[in-house]
Amino acid sequence: MHTFPSTIEAPLASETLSAALVADAVTRKYGGRSAVTDVSLSLAAGDCLALFGPNGAGKTTLLRLLGGLLKANSGRVTLLGQQLPGEAETRRLLGVISHRSMLYEALTVRENVMFAAECQGLRNAAAATESVLKRLLVFDRANSPVRALSRGLQQRVSIARALVHGPRLVLLDEPYTGLDQTGARALTEALRELKASGATVVLVTHNLAEGLELATQAAIMREGAFVHRLERPVDGFDVSAYATLYRELVGGGE
Amino acid sequence: MSELAFRPPSFVADAVRIARKDLLIEFRTRSGFLSATVFALLSIAIFRFSWDPTVVSSIDLAPGVLWVIFTFSGLLGLNRAFGVEQADRALDGLLASPVSREAVFAGKALGNLLFVLAVQLLALPTLALFFGLPVGPEWLGVVAVAVLAAIGFVAVGTLFAAVASNTRLAEMLLPMLALPFFVPVLIPAAQATSKLLAGSGLGEVMAELKILGAFDIVFVAACTLAFPFTLEE
Amino acid sequence: MTSVSMPESRTAARRTMPAVDWVLALALLAVGGAVVRALLYTPADAMLGAVQRILYIHVPSAIQGMYVACTIMAVCGGLYLWIKDERLDRIAESAAEVGFVFLTVVLATGSIWGKSSWGTAWAWEPRLTSALFLWFVVLSYLILRDALENREARARLSAVLGVLALLLVPFIHMTVYLFRGLHPEPLALKPGKPDMSPEMLSTFLIANVAFMFFFFALVRVRYQWATVRDARAALEQA
Repeated sequence: MHTFPSTIEAPLASETLSAALVADAVTRKYGGRSAVTDVSLSLAAGDCLALFGPNGAGKTTLLRLLGGLLKANSGRVTLLGQQLPGEAETRRLLGVISHRSMLYEALTVRENVMFAAECQGLRNAAAATESVLKRLLVFDRANSPVRALSRGLQQRVSIARALVHGPRLVLLDEPYTGLDQTGARALTEALRELKASGATVVLVTHNLAEGLELATQAAIMREGAFVHRLERPVDGFDVSAYATLYRELVGGGE
Repeated sequence: MSELAFRPPSFVADAVRIARKDLLIEFRTRSGFLSATVFALLSIAIFRFSWDPTVVSSIDLAPGVLWVIFTFSGLLGLNRAFGVEQADRALDGLLASPVSREAVFAGKALGNLLFVLAVQLLALPTLALFFGLPVGPEWLGVVAVAVLAAIGFVAVGTLFAAVASNTRLAEMLLPMLALPFFVPVLIPAAQATSKLLAGSGLGEVMAELKILGAFDIVFVAACTLAFPFTLEE
Repeated sequence: MTSVSMPESRTAARRTMPAVDWVLALALLAVGGAVVRALLYTPADAMLGAVQRILYIHVPSAIQGMYVACTIMAVCGGLYLWIKDERLDRIAESAAEVGFVFLTVVLATGSIWGKSSWGTAWAWEPRLTSALFLWFVVLSYLILRDALENREARARLSAVLGVLALLLVPFIHMTVYLFRGLHPEPLALKPGKPDMSPEMLSTFLIANVAFMFFFFALVRVRYQWATVRDARAALEQA
C-alpha cells in the first residue's frame, strides 16, 4: 500500500488551477485545547475526501471549517477561489448533510425542501424542489409531514434539502447513520452524480466500506491532525487492508 | 442538471419567509399557542376571583394583572422560538444558506411578535369582560401601548431565547435573563394602561410612550446586532 | 486570530496564589482607615443623625458596584466579542463577581439607612430600585456563566449579556424616575455647593477613593485566581 507522509503541503491556489477546495495550515482552538491543528489539503472538482477517525479527533470541526461554518483561528480555507467564511452568497455553494435531519418535523416533505430552496435564493424553487424529490425517490411522499416518515426516508428528504440548489461543495457528517439499504444506495448514487457533475465532496463517516467506495482521497484523523493520507489506487481501495491499517493507527475500537 | 438561476438574498423576504414558516409550524402543532392562551385567560379569571371586589376595584387591579399575564404568557411563547430549530438542528441548514443572521433574528422575532399579539387579541377582551371594564375609545390607546410593549418584549425575548438555547436549562434561564430587561417595558405600559383606563387621554401618557418607543428602537437594533454572536463561529 | 492564552498557561498553572496579596492588604487598610475616620473623626450630620455615616459605605459601594463594575463587564464583553482575547473575559467575570458583592452591600446598607430614617427596611424609590434590578442582572450574568460549560460559549454569551445590560441601565433609571422618590438628594454630587461640611466632604471623598482602590484590588485578586484556574483546566484537557 503506497502511503504519503502524514502532512501534505497544500499547493497554493494560484499554482493548482483545478483546485476547488484548499485548506492551508488551518487551526481551530476551543479554550486552551486545539481541536484542529495545522491541517492542509487540496481537493479538485469531482474529488471526494473520506475522513475517518475516532470520536473527538476533530473531524466534525474540520468539516465545518472547510465549509466556512466555523472560523479558523489561523490558516485559510479557499473554495473556488473565494476565501471562507465569505459573503452570504458564498454559502450558496455549500450543501450540508448530517445525521441530524435538519428538517422541520411538523412540515411536509415538499414544504421543507421548498423552504430550503427559497432560502438558497432559487428563482424557480418549485421546479427545483420537484426535480430533487424525484431524484431521491421521495416524490410520492411529498405531502406527508416529515414526522410520519421512517428514519431512512427522513434522511433522504434531508439530502434533497441539501442538494436542491446544486451545491459545489457537499459536506457530510456521518450521513449513513440509521440509513437502510435503499436509503444508503440512494445516497451513494446521489453523491456519485454530484462528483460527476464536478462538485467536491467531503465525507465524515465511521463506515469504511461506504466511505472508501466513493473516495478519491482517504484520510485518518487523530487528535486534530492527519495521521495518514492515501490517494485512490487505480483499482479502488482495498477495504480490509485499510481497516487493518486503521485499527493499527487508531488503536482498537472505532 | 439544468442551470439553476439564483436571486440575491433579500432581508425582508428571508425574514418574512422564516416568520411564516414558524407560524405554519405553530398552526400545525398548536400546542404553544393553546398553552399560552389558556394560561392567559385562566389567569385573568383567577386574578379577578381571588381579589375581593369591594376592597380592590377592577380598574385598579386590571392594568397590573394584564401586564403580569402578558409577560408570563409571552415567555411561554418565546420558549418555543428556538426549540423547533434545535429539535433536529434545522438551524444549521438555515445558517449554511445565504440567509443573513440578522434576517434569521428578524424572522424569529416577527413570528414571536405575531404570536404575542394573537394572544393579546384574546386576552384584552377577556380582561374587559371578567373585570367589567368600560369599553370606549381609551382602548385604542391601550392597544397602541400593547403593540409598542410587544415589540420591545419580543426583541429582547427572542435574543435571550437564542442565548438560553445553548444551555440545558433553557426554559428556566430565559425568564431569569429576560425579566430585568422587561422592566422598562412593563412599568411604563402598566402605568399608561392605568391612566388610560381611568380616562386620561393619550397626551397624558406621552412620557410612558416615549420610554416604550425609545426602548423599542434601541433594543430592536441592539438585539439584531447581538444575535450573530449567539451563534458559534 | 490566535488565542492569546496558550503560551501563558503552563507558567500560569505552576504559579500558586501568594499567601498574602499586598495590594489587597493595603486596600483593606485604606477602607478600614476610611471607616475609622468616618466613625470617629467626622461629625454626624445635624439633621440626619449618626446613621448618616452609613452613607460613607453605601454611596461608594454604589458607585463601584453599579457603574464601574457594569461598565467593565460591558466594555470587556464588547472587546472580547471583537478580538476574542480570553483575558478580557476573565476581567469581566471578576468585575461581575466583585460588583455583585458591592451591590449586595448597597442594598443592605440602603435598607439599614431606610429603616432608621424612614421607618421601612425597603422603599421603592429610584436609586435603591435601580440597584435592585442591577443586582438581578449581575446575578443572572453569573448564573448564565455557571450554566455554560463550554468556555468559548460562556465567554461569548456572557459578553452579549454584559453589553446589553449596560444598555439597560439608563432605561432602568428612566423607568424608576417615573415615580417620585424619597431618596435623599445626592449631597456631594449636586451642582453648586454640596450640603456637607468640609470634614464630611473630605471623609466622603476619602471613602470613595478607598472603595475604588478596594474594588480594583479585589478584581485583581479574583482575576489572578481565574487565570490559574483556566490554566490548570487547559492542562487537564490537553
